[in-house]
Amino acid sequence: MTRLNGAQMVLACLQEENVDVVFGFPGGAVLTLYDEIYKKGLHHILTRHEQGAVHAADGYARVSGKPGVVIATSGPGATNLVTGIATAYMDSVPLVAITGQVARPFIGTDAFQEADITGITLPITKHNFLVKSIEEIPWTFKKAFHVANTGRKGPVLIDLPKDVQVEEGFFSYPSKVDITGYRPTYEGHMGQISKAVSAIKKAAQPVIYSGGGVVSSGAHQELMEFSNKTSIPVTTTLTGLGSVPSNYELYLGMPGMHGTYAANHALDECDLLIAVGVRFDDRVTGKLDTFARQARIIHIDIDPAEIGKNIVPEIPIVGDVKLVLREMIKRVKPADITAWNEKVQQWKTAYPLCYDQKPDCSLKPQLVIEEFNRLTGGTAIFTTDVGQHQMWAAHYCQLKAPRRFISSGGLGTMGFGFPAAIGAQVAFPEQTVVCIAGDGSFQMNSQELATAVYYNLPVKIAIINNQCLGMVRQWQKFFYGGRYSHSSMAGSPDFVRLAEAYGAKGLRVLTPGEAAPAIQEALSIPGPVLIDFQVDPEENVLPMVAPNTSIVEMIGGDGY
Amino acid sequence: MKRILAILVEDRPGVLTRVAGLFSRRGYNIQNIAVGRTMEPGISRMTVSVEADPLTVEQIVKQLNKLVNVIKVSDLTEETSVERELMLLKVKAETSKRSDIQQMVTTFRGKIIDVSPDSMIVEVTGDDDKLNAFLLMMQEFGLREVVSTGKISLLRGGKVTRDARM
Repeated sequence: MTRLNGAQMVLACLQEENVDVVFGFPGGAVLTLYDEIYKKGLHHILTRHEQGAVHAADGYARVSGKPGVVIATSGPGATNLVTGIATAYMDSVPLVAITGQVARPFIGTDAFQEADITGITLPITKHNFLVKSIEEIPWTFKKAFHVANTGRKGPVLIDLPKDVQVEEGFFSYPSKVDITGYRPTYEGHMGQISKAVSAIKKAAQPVIYSGGGVVSSGAHQELMEFSNKTSIPVTTTLTGLGSVPSNYELYLGMPGMHGTYAANHALDECDLLIAVGVRFDDRVTGKLDTFARQARIIHIDIDPAEIGKNIVPEIPIVGDVKLVLREMIKRVKPADITAWNEKVQQWKTAYPLCYDQKPDCSLKPQLVIEEFNRLTGGTAIFTTDVGQHQMWAAHYCQLKAPRRFISSGGLGTMGFGFPAAIGAQVAFPEQTVVCIAGDGSFQMNSQELATAVYYNLPVKIAIINNQCLGMVRQWQKFFYGGRYSHSSMAGSPDFVRLAEAYGAKGLRVLTPGEAAPAIQEALSIPGPVLIDFQVDPEENVLPMVAPNTSIVEMIGGDGY
Repeated sequence: MKRILAILVEDRPGVLTRVAGLFSRRGYNIQNIAVGRTMEPGISRMTVSVEADPLTVEQIVKQLNKLVNVIKVSDLTEETSVERELMLLKVKAETSKRSDIQQMVTTFRGKIIDVSPDSMIVEVTGDDDKLNAFLLMMQEFGLREVVSTGKISLLRGGKVTRDARM
């Protein structure tokens, strides 16, 4: 056993957990830790704001499937992580946040830069720890990584007092971890699986509704195999995008508030709903008592608390969706659902997503996304912020694989996309990472341009600039009599010059014809590039379902 | 419907906050709570009474089980259990009323544990009904202060909520 101080132990723990990069921002309560980072040369990405660091760690985790690690100091450093932790919590992203805390004798005295971060993050972490002594460090880290990255994944926070980092003790990392109160169920109950299989055999109009659980379980191949074997059509939620390829014949697109006609009508008319790794979010279901009202419901999820939370399924299966799907594939006997599939395909062809780009008129945002698809050959990693551009990206990004569409689904965090793109680029330096941002969202974390430039991370930032908070404006137009209360972004900077001020390349696109050449130019530059796409400010995201109505009451769903 | 949940938790700082916080942020209301030790060192037992429909209780139990420090949650309502709460009451007790009070305390199998010139402290144990009835009777004499422990509960018979070997 080696004698180490607390900070050295933290680094040893990170090494044991195979952490190859951390994102963070130093400060008074983590000086000892940063001193060790300096001495050990740990790969550390310094952002310009703690929120940037936590979103970057989140983006890293979402694309790589490994837990993201973020470090911040006590007090404001820690509280600046809150939005990012909540974002990861809502989308079940494995994250380990390490915060400095004031020295133990000062805890509870309102000391300088003291904040009760374990108290603050109680409802937005899967679990959190306040380390009270050096002996607790090894098992705390072991447990933290275990809890973050198993079962239903999520963020875990470790609060580390300044004096514990200095204290010395013997280090030995536990090889096993057993937490009495934490034993996720992985294997599905065979009786329930048999019931599901027999329900599938009897179904005439089944549909698969799959979500983020399929991505975090790595079950996309099983999902495809299951759909292929049974010919059951699939709709995927925002966090599940890419679980099946966008061009898959039986893929219906995204369901819900901005869902496709085919997806929403399939959910409405199905007689069997196979829900896989989803949580029946209100943005998907619309008015709950009208959702899939004729259907028997199978709900597969690793989190027992999701079963029956919003909808009570007839056949609940608690388990890892990958293992459950494997068992189902082995046993399922496909029913003849040709008539249903013909109907679904007819919806797909008759009511595709569409927009009207006239050659000499203002640039449509959807065209920008389509051009990115075309010019990256469907290999790019897309990240988004939140709002209209996010929905257009969800509609038009052509995905071939999961973990290629990174977006804050549950919390809907503006300012997420750009730092998440930085994290994604750190995870995959060789791949093309495109951040689709809004002019509003981008300004919530634009300071991270410095990070992208400093580390020469060649992220391509596409600002869908409609000079307003587009989604807010859209709701104001539809539901608030067109009173555009504070949704204008007048006064925003010249984004091209902003990029250039940071030392990145800036491009501006004003017409549809300029889009492709600008994207090509951006892709050919080996560093970060920002393109300011000045788009039609009047464009709305359609189709749209008004909140708390049935998802087949679609505005602009049937062609427009 | 009224439910009694027995929650076995690790005896660590902040666990009560985690449990209470979960109730409040998910919009469930705790009617009554008692926390105390068990026969196993390091494990405490919380007895929580809630008023909720069966689906909500199911959700509460599942959410509680997600807390890493929670070892086991049992819904004692489903089974026959005994429940007890201890109450201390400070009652106005002029000399003329003392024998009446004493009689009432005896009827309810309570105990007088302190006497001063103008008041008495009475200890009484029981379930909701008994305590409510006793409270009503004591109000006639004039209550000065009341405190109770919160309800604790055990399953009847040989069954236990947690196997000791677990």
